[in-house]
Amino acid sequence: MGINFRKETFRDDFTFRNSPEQVKRFPFPYHEDAYMYSVNIEPHVAGPKNSVFEHLIDVDEHYVSEMQDRAMVLAEDPLRCQSLPHMTLAGWDLLELLMTEMAKGYPEHFTLTQDGDRWRWINRPLGIDDTFTFGDVSTLPYGPMEYITRQSQGDFAILDQRDGNLWMDAGMITTQADWSLDFDIGMNFFEWHAPVPLAHEMGVFTRALKFLTNIQQGQPARRLNWTMTINPRLDTSPENFHKWGSDRLSVTAENVGQKVHLRVELQTFFRLPRSNALVFPIRCYLLKMDELVSVAKWGRRFHRVLRDLPDELAEYKGLTRYRQTVVEWLSKYDDGAPTSPGFGPE
Amino acid sequence: MKTILSRPVYGTLSPQAGKSHLLIADAEGASAILDLAKQAPADFFASAHIMFIPGRTGDSFQASLKALKPAQYYEGPSIAAALPRLTWTLANAHMGLRVYLAGTEGLIGQMMQAAIEAGIDPASIQTEHRGSWARRVQCVHCKGITENVTTQPATCSHCGLLLLVRDHYSKRHAAFQGVCINAEDPTEIPQTEEIFR
Amino acid sequence: MSAGTNKINVTVTEVVAVNELVKRFHFERTDGGNLPTFSGGAHVVIEMRDNGTTRLNPYSLMSSPLNTRDYTISVRRDDVGRGGSLFMHNRVKRGMEMVISYPVNLFSLDLRAKKHLMIAGGIGITPFLAQTAQLASTGGNFELHYTCRSEALGSYSEVLRERYGNRVSLYLDERNERIPLERLLATQPLGTHIYVCGPAGMIKWVRDTAATHGWPDDSVHYEHFAAPQPGTPFDVKLAVSGLEIRVGEQQSLLEAIEAAGVDPPYLCRGGVCGQCETNVISYDGTFKHNDHWLSDEEHCSGKKIMPCVSRFEGRSLVLER
Repeated sequence: MGINFRKETFRDDFTFRNSPEQVKRFPFPYHEDAYMYSVNIEPHVAGPKNSVFEHLIDVDEHYVSEMQDRAMVLAEDPLRCQSLPHMTLAGWDLLELLMTEMAKGYPEHFTLTQDGDRWRWINRPLGIDDTFTFGDVSTLPYGPMEYITRQSQGDFAILDQRDGNLWMDAGMITTQADWSLDFDIGMNFFEWHAPVPLAHEMGVFTRALKFLTNIQQGQPARRLNWTMTINPRLDTSPENFHKWGSDRLSVTAENVGQKVHLRVELQTFFRLPRSNALVFPIRCYLLKMDELVSVAKWGRRFHRVLRDLPDELAEYKGLTRYRQTVVEWLSKYDDGAPTSPGFGPE
Repeated sequence: MKTILSRPVYGTLSPQAGKSHLLIADAEGASAILDLAKQAPADFFASAHIMFIPGRTGDSFQASLKALKPAQYYEGPSIAAALPRLTWTLANAHMGLRVYLAGTEGLIGQMMQAAIEAGIDPASIQTEHRGSWARRVQCVHCKGITENVTTQPATCSHCGLLLLVRDHYSKRHAAFQGVCINAEDPTEIPQTEEIFR
Repeated sequence: MSAGTNKINVTVTEVVAVNELVKRFHFERTDGGNLPTFSGGAHVVIEMRDNGTTRLNPYSLMSSPLNTRDYTISVRRDDVGRGGSLFMHNRVKRGMEMVISYPVNLFSLDLRAKKHLMIAGGIGITPFLAQTAQLASTGGNFELHYTCRSEALGSYSEVLRERYGNRVSLYLDERNERIPLERLLATQPLGTHIYVCGPAGMIKWVRDTAATHGWPDDSVHYEHFAAPQPGTPFDVKLAVSGLEIRVGEQQSLLEAIEAAGVDPPYLCRGGVCGQCETNVISYDGTFKHNDHWLSDEEHCSGKKIMPCVSRFEGRSLVLER
């Protein structure tokens, strides 16, 4: 039993794809036929079986390959993982959260044994069995945040909370949608979101900050965000933009189905107990257009969302070069029939 | 001017309550210190340390700065040359020290960087821009910093990529962000304009 | 989603008289197991069921954040207050089952600080007991200055001296000793943060003196829960729920709203966190604002009230609840 981990790549020959079961659990992010910013935050409670919300920390069939891709990114550019000196305690908090939740959700793959501050962590998919002293950095091969996030899917931003604001003071960011941790580290909530168009004027960030600073221990929250990526590439960093930017010119009517991906971020927010910091895991899910249109409602709805998206948003998300080609391709899957409200299938 | 929230906003220097005062300026920034002096309490400069980098203004400000009779006065040839003195001064300073920065964005940014390192909250630092708007730009690709950028786009002086100079600014790097402007299609070469003067 | 806190069922495992004014209470989970980890400076809200009235009072956790076996708090008896401390002193006994909230921290350490300078007055010592334990475990640089009326009322001063030696200084009113605040403020290295918890007058003294000495606001932290004050009873209309309620003399507006079955979000119940902020639809009378959350401008606007600590006198008040 357990998860059947796929062997695949997110670069070069791009062998990534989703199994039919994985397509069914994809967190499709549009509850209606249009998209605009909103503070779409809800409580993060363990949800329906066979959904990405089943456990507070989701592990799926791409786990092992994603961790291998992360190791490659870090070997090339260690600045993708940084922690300011005062964030070590928050790193231990995160290590505890991830180990506890992964061991609870997937006991066949992960085991955590605690004897006081003497901890043993077994990660079977990655072949790790380490015993260490909780709180003592000299007993782990990396700092606590780097150690555990080399073993956890998704990016992680740890935000220090002070003076009524949140500060991006630590993170493991290797699968980012076009922002640089090395540049943004140390910024406050408004500063690191500064390049986002429209939303500031709408007061979105002021309201979101008020909500986030009041998230309490034991009451995590979540939201979905989305963009699109050409080829199933996880490392769409600005650092390497000059290497992958030309992918955006490679989209043709013939290759949309395989090459173009909807990229959904499941962003969750947890208050960390010892440091009073907030951790912001950003889990990335990719879905090929061919896989997307295998669900009729998704094909219809995504066509309408992409077609009617305000130009400023399309530009910010980097869709401008290929948007028209994809909209035309999707139009074949939209018969104009009404769609039902909400995320569920028809 | 439309701007974004990470872009620094500069104010006007004014005397703050404090036990001692560190005022740092380059070129035309000296005139901001002279303006502050007009409204400072009588004993203000008795506990003040002025660091000045004249740059293109030559010797036009020295005499009036010295006439303020600061407890310490320093003049240096460049920001880099002044930094060791600043670092030492901050390492030995106490709470109650107020910092004032005036002049180019490069000076304000780099001196603030040293002050943050020393444990000063950037929100407590007074800043005023005077003189050139030339930018320090960090290339997001190779991480090299190009000084005195006046054009849009600009060529990275380290890796040679053609960079879009964004308004997105990092206090830790004391630099604006530069991102390859023609990554999608390297054959597109946009026209270069001189806009940061 | 409204903010708020999860609840924990606990059993009182020990009640200790620390001195003639202060009692210490120990709580463990009723179902066994560990309590949530917390950070130094956090508080819990204790539910007190007292003959039909429910009081919810915040108390700082004073146990070490490293120990999740039990939580401890200390309560100073206030003979003229609304009765929360008297309930704790007179009615809470060992073995009693109670309900507390998850820990919430509105007074957390700034971990960037190169040094933490702590100033406590009287029962304001409690959050510092947890914070010093947290800092000591990670080699943090701190200094604690503690002032109280007399040796006998200096709760935990001996324990602190024993743990941290000359990092702790005690000042007693009975010996005319006073914290040498000006000297302290003038001699701290850059990057020092100051924390103060105690009576309102003391907090104001420290904040004002720090400001005139050139300490930036961001480096001055204080915890001041305003206890709700008793006052003249008044009537309120809750427009959203369509209810009319009366706020009793010993009851806070928030408690009266809750007693009517409406549950606004809250965290601190002391006028500092902003959670229960409520819009005023119309009024004819005078607000008695007691919070530290709304700005002076908002206090004068007649558009907002913090029902946890503020009251009203006059003919009519309609709230958006």
